[in-house]
Amino acid sequence: MPIVRMTPHLYQFFPKLENRTITVPVGSVAEVLSAVNEIAPGFTDYVLDEHGTLRRHVNLCINDTIIIDKKTLSDRVPEDGTVYIFQALSGG
Amino acid sequence: MSDMIIVGTRKGTVIFDRINSNWRPRQITHAGIPVCYAARDPRDGTLWASLDHGHWGPKLSRSRDRGATWEDVMSVKYPKGARYIVKYLPTPDFDPSAPTAQPEYADATVYKIWNLAFGNASQPGRLYAGTIPGGLFVSDDGGDSWELNRPLWNHDSRGGDLFTGDATTENRWFGTPASIDYGVFEPGIHSIIIDPRDSCHIYVAVSSAGILETTDGGQTWTGRNRGMLNDYMPNPEAEWGHDPHFLTSCFEQPNNLWQQNHCGVFYSDNGAQSWNKVSMPDVGVHFGFPIAVDANDGQTAWVVPAQADSQRMAIDGSLSIARTTDGGQSWQSFRSGLPQDNAYDIILRHGLDVAGDYLCFGSTTGNVYLSEDRGETWQCLGNNLPPIYSVRFG
Repeated sequence: MPIVRMTPHLYQFFPKLENRTITVPVGSVAEVLSAVNEIAPGFTDYVLDEHGTLRRHVNLCINDTIIIDKKTLSDRVPEDGTVYIFQALSGG
Repeated sequence: MSDMIIVGTRKGTVIFDRINSNWRPRQITHAGIPVCYAARDPRDGTLWASLDHGHWGPKLSRSRDRGATWEDVMSVKYPKGARYIVKYLPTPDFDPSAPTAQPEYADATVYKIWNLAFGNASQPGRLYAGTIPGGLFVSDDGGDSWELNRPLWNHDSRGGDLFTGDATTENRWFGTPASIDYGVFEPGIHSIIIDPRDSCHIYVAVSSAGILETTDGGQTWTGRNRGMLNDYMPNPEAEWGHDPHFLTSCFEQPNNLWQQNHCGVFYSDNGAQSWNKVSMPDVGVHFGFPIAVDANDGQTAWVVPAQADSQRMAIDGSLSIARTTDGGQSWQSFRSGLPQDNAYDIILRHGLDVAGDYLCFGSTTGNVYLSEDRGETWQCLGNNLPPIYSVRFG
């Protein structure tokens, strides 16, 4: 099953995601995030805007490749894939 | 007498408590997160903070135990179909008289929850939130759910109802520079005033559009910009495109409204039916961001003068506050206790508040100053806070 890893910044808002391996069913990126949201309600509000689009300053990779479809999140996550969620570095 | 000051900073919320006549700061909360506005609901004591996450989107946080613990609140969200006409920063060859090209539309998303306002005591669950890009949201359940006020969003001055089709009128709202942080140039609602006599009577101030009023609980809105002058526009008396930096009103005399505008200080004694420019550049009262008005006397107001829009800092390196007690016909400056050398503070639009004889302001330089005698003398509560966005008495 795909694995989801994320920046530790998100653990301060969703402590139940910390210190565990997050595995989710195979599917699109949208479906993967929805599965994480099942574990930690409200999670997708942090990563996506109200239209389901990836927030401007959030990056999302499948293995080492940044996803192509940031609008509808249709990129497919393979069985052995790892989704990485991290912030685009900015600010001071 | 107020015993709490809530300060929203670039790195979290700092609360000062008045203990044995001394103001003491607590340890910062929301540590590391920009807090663009924080305030206490006077009806039930709930504390609110608007979190301006750089990466994770705007969020609201709420405390029902005087700040001991905080909880996330359902995000304010635009409904499906909410669109706006995209604005771009004017380029050097911008020609305001040139024919308008076909409008470009964008789906609305909340960039910033810039202001919160609390309903009257007769509406205990009612809250308002003003956003960039220019939406007014209303909650009737204490902030658990929010709904966009569509008549304002669909106002003719913004292009009409874009839920059902393309623009039917021209969009006359401009962007606020405060939106550029988010990579856009869109308007923002930063001031919301509910008439204490009538909950259906509300004003909002929009940067950069102007003042709008509703007298029917938000079903219809009317521009209230007569008398305002807009020096940077081809027509300074244009109905729209004004940049009020902050709007406030007198609690006991709500027809007395004040705004610190990009183009001066403006006062209305007739419920914003018309405005009078009451700037006095000779005494430094002209440019700035915040303004505060006495709760009982609508002719008494305070501003923190700044040099100019091209030099957003204290005048001549010297920090002062100016007070009028006659509706802006005269202003008196006070400096005692404030730094008079090498001070370059700027106080943002929500960075000044008044409660009875108390005034407090905080600057982007991280300084907090308090007066307990209506602005005449000042004490410093802290010099090393993060840049300050908001100061409100609790």
